[in-house]
Amino acid sequence: MLDYLLSFLILTGAVFTLIGSLGLARLRDFYTRLHGPTKATTLGVGSLLIASALYFSTRGAGLSLHEVLVTLFLFITAPVSAHLLAKAALHLRLKSLAKPPEEEGGEA
Amino acid sequence: MLSLVIPIAFALVGLALALTLWRLLVGPSPADRILALDTLYVNTIALLVLLGIHLESALYFEAALLIALMGFVGTVALCKYLLRGDIIE
Amino acid sequence: MLRRLLPHPLLTPALALIWLLLVNRFTLGHIVLGLFLSWLIPLFTLRFWPEAVRIQRPLTLMRFIAVVLYDIVVANLIVARRILGRPEALRPAFVSVPLDLKSDLAISLLANTICLTPGTLSARLAQDRTHLLVHGLHVPDPAQLVADIKQRYEAPLKEVFEC
Repeated sequence: MLDYLLSFLILTGAVFTLIGSLGLARLRDFYTRLHGPTKATTLGVGSLLIASALYFSTRGAGLSLHEVLVTLFLFITAPVSAHLLAKAALHLRLKSLAKPPEEEGGEA
Repeated sequence: MLSLVIPIAFALVGLALALTLWRLLVGPSPADRILALDTLYVNTIALLVLLGIHLESALYFEAALLIALMGFVGTVALCKYLLRGDIIE
Repeated sequence: MLRRLLPHPLLTPALALIWLLLVNRFTLGHIVLGLFLSWLIPLFTLRFWPEAVRIQRPLTLMRFIAVVLYDIVVANLIVARRILGRPEALRPAFVSVPLDLKSDLAISLLANTICLTPGTLSARLAQDRTHLLVHGLHVPDPAQLVADIKQRYEAPLKEVFEC
C-alpha cells in the first residue's frame, strides 16, 4: 500500500517537473513561459519531497520531516523570484503576446 | 514497484533538465536565460531528492537545501542586475 | 515587560519549529535549544522587523491557507493541460487589479498568493499601491479574473490582517 502511494507521488512529481520544463521550452513569449516552471515545478518538487519524507519516516530511525523545510522554502521563494522576473521583463520591454500595459514607474 | 518507478522518474526529470538547458542556450532574452537557470536549480533539487530515495541516503538532503538557498539568492541578484544595471548599490 | 522580552510572539515558535526541522531530531534537548535560540534571535534582529504582525482571526487564516493549497493543486492540473495543448489557443492578458489592502505585509502576501496559484502572475505594483498588475496565462474574461482574485484571496487577507 505504502509502496503504491510512494510510487504515485514520485511519478506525479517527475511528470509535473517535466511539464513545467516543457512549458519553458514550448510556449512562445516570455510571460507565458514564466507560468510553466514557477508553478508546475513547485508542485512537482513538492510531491517528490513529500514522497521522500514518507520514505525516510517509514524506513529510517524515527520521523524524518526536514524535507518540509525545503518545500516551505520553495513555496516562499518561488513567487518572489517569479514576481522579480516579471518585473525585470516589463522593465526590459520584452515583446509579449498580450497587450502590454502603459508605462508607469513601478516599485516594490 | 518502487524499483520500477524510480528509473522512470529519473528519465523524466533528466528530460526536463535537457529542455531547460535548451532554453538556457537558445535564450533569446537575458530574462529567459535567468528563468531557465531558476528552473534548472529547482529541477536539480528534484533530481537530488530522487537520488536520495534511490540510494537510501539522507545525505543528499543538505545539498538540496543549500541549492534551494543559493539558487534563490542568485536569481534575485540577477533580476536586480536586469532592473538596475547593478547588484550592490 | 513582556513586550520587551518577546517582541514578536509569532516569530519565536516559528523559529523553534524551523530549528527542530533542520536538526531533524525531536528530543527534549533540541526543543530547549531551539526555544532558547528562537528567543535570542528576535531580540538581536529587532531592527529588521519594523512592524509587529498581528493576526486577527486565526480560523480565517487557516481556511485561507487550505483554499490556497487546494487551488494550487487544481489549477496546476489546468495549467498542465494548457501547456500540453496547442500554444496558439492561449489568450494571455495583462489585467490590472484594484487593491483594497493597505498594509505592506497583506499586499506582499496577496502578490505571493497570486504567483503561487497557477495561471496568474503578479507582475508589478503601482507606485501609489492602488493597483496590482497581473498577467494571466489564459484569460477569456478579465473582469471575472479580477472578481475571483478579490473575492477568493483579497477578502480573507483583509479580514485577517487589517479588520
